[in-house]
Amino acid sequence: MSSPLLSLEGLGLELRVDGSYRSVIHQVDLTVGRGEAVGLVGESGSGKSLTARSVLRLLPPGARLRGDIRFDGMPVPQSGSSALRTFRSTEIAMIFQDPRAHINPVRSIGDFLTEGLVTTRGLPRRQAEAKVVALLQEVGVADAARRMRQHPHELSGGLLQRVMIAAALAAEPKLLLADEPTTALDVTTQAEVMAIIDEARAERGLAMLFITHDLELAAAVCDRIAVMYAGSVVEDLPAGALHDRSAHPYTRALLASRPSIGERGGSLRAIPGRPLSAFEVGAGCAFAPRCSRAQETCRTQRPSLSPAGKGSAACLFPGSEAPSV
Amino acid sequence: MSRFLLTRVAGLVIILAVASVAIYGSMLLAPGDPATLLVGGGKPPNPELIASIHREYHLDDPFAVRYWRWLTGVLQGDFGPSLAYRDSVNHLLAERISNTLTLVGYASAIILLVGITLGTAGALRGGRFETSATAISAGAMAVPTFVIGALLAYVFGVRLSWFAPSGSGSGISGAFRYLTLPAVALAFSWIGYVAQITRTSVRAELRSEHVETADSRGIPRPGVIRRHVLRNASGPIFAVSGIAIAGLTATTAVVEKAFGISGIGALLVDAAAKQDLATVQAISLIMVASFVVLNTLVDLVTALLDPRVLKGRPS
Repeated sequence: MSSPLLSLEGLGLELRVDGSYRSVIHQVDLTVGRGEAVGLVGESGSGKSLTARSVLRLLPPGARLRGDIRFDGMPVPQSGSSALRTFRSTEIAMIFQDPRAHINPVRSIGDFLTEGLVTTRGLPRRQAEAKVVALLQEVGVADAARRMRQHPHELSGGLLQRVMIAAALAAEPKLLLADEPTTALDVTTQAEVMAIIDEARAERGLAMLFITHDLELAAAVCDRIAVMYAGSVVEDLPAGALHDRSAHPYTRALLASRPSIGERGGSLRAIPGRPLSAFEVGAGCAFAPRCSRAQETCRTQRPSLSPAGKGSAACLFPGSEAPSV
Repeated sequence: MSRFLLTRVAGLVIILAVASVAIYGSMLLAPGDPATLLVGGGKPPNPELIASIHREYHLDDPFAVRYWRWLTGVLQGDFGPSLAYRDSVNHLLAERISNTLTLVGYASAIILLVGITLGTAGALRGGRFETSATAISAGAMAVPTFVIGALLAYVFGVRLSWFAPSGSGSGISGAFRYLTLPAVALAFSWIGYVAQITRTSVRAELRSEHVETADSRGIPRPGVIRRHVLRNASGPIFAVSGIAIAGLTATTAVVEKAFGISGIGALLVDAAAKQDLATVQAISLIMVASFVVLNTLVDLVTALLDPRVLKGRPS
């Protein structure tokens, strides 16, 4: 494989909270190849959304970024503001979780869809409109011409998310950053929206970084899965190997704690303890306090990603046997 | 939209009708007999003369009859005779209303320009600038109009002689010379309100998710500010500006008296002192009407600015 489209190396992020800096991402090493779909999975607060935002440098003022982000050879942390704008408008498009909050409520759908094309690409309005109407039809929005004149409050959540997807595709990016694009939708709409994203990607050879807390969904739509815990990537493996070959105890525990449709009656197996925030992590492995396999060294020595099973895991004692939770 | 407009206009008519009854009625509750004013002080009033005045001005008719006569006159644009000034109320108003309108218009322009600029700049620049903008506007809100009026007249009118400390002139240069200080005094505390509301709503929009979306798409900053931040913040800014301008119609009396401007606010104070009921009623009604009409206009523009107001959000 040639050089990856996106690579994050030793990514760390600190945000200013009440005047002092607080670490929210410790160590993220991640690559996304051309046309590849990578699922970034983790609990709320594990830093997955901020990882995606770091790629676009869409961070609050005063944020301190560490490590390297390279997109198509370009170093993102070093780029100036005008290069950054061009980068955002042409290379990567982000699909946000809640379209109702992320689409300006007082402007029309047509305005939202064409804004990028008209202001950053200099496309004439007519041409931009024709293009986005075609895209709306492609993502399954019937009556596209009428929708263009409507406002967000007149559309359902599922329709609005399709509008968001169409807007992302309009930019003709190389990479989609999808930040829990189906979490705010009901279950049947979720499946439709995922299918639309999948189809559009296949047709265009688009790469995707798919952020979700749903392991099964990530395994179904992605080529590779990266699991995050308390601000670090703890395991990175091919989606097909997730169920049988995952090596990190946290991944195994996540898989075990999920209810399955097949078996009934058994109580859910929760991971004991509570998830740590990134800033609470001490010297050792962040998962050690909750890990059934933890040894004394786990509390003093922090593991980094190294080959394990079919991928790599940040664990001193990796193994694919089910942990006794 | 037309239904929205219809209900708003109907509401406006009802409010004005109720206000007219209240204004006309409350004036009759005031102590004293208006007829004694015409006779003049000093001598004990002659009962026959009083009775003839009562007949001439229909002062003994039942309330409903008098109200109806007054209302039909008002609806035809006739506010009746002023007993104290021995003139028609219409004539008294006509001489003064342009001064008041110019003053209120001038003050409105200052409020909008300074208030919105100060608030927007504070929210966008942040840091120390924002802190001082907040302090200045909070201070401005706390200063009573008559205090700032006296202060401005002394500093810029008497000491520096940049403007006339009192009186009135004609034309644009006259308005500038005579009305600048009163307009600033009138605008002063409202500038604070408008600046504060502008600052908080611009700040809220800056942090909003749809602005993050616009940033993520590489839209240049000025475009994001104009099309997403200011556009979305304009609803509350416009609403508070409308209320500020409507409020000016009431506080203008203080400023007109302080700066010796012959306007309807000053006339209201004088007429009230002379127990000139017809004039007080006319001006009160005009003030209530302009307040209500301005508020209705604000509602309409708010609805035009935010499409959600008219249609309601989906459940």
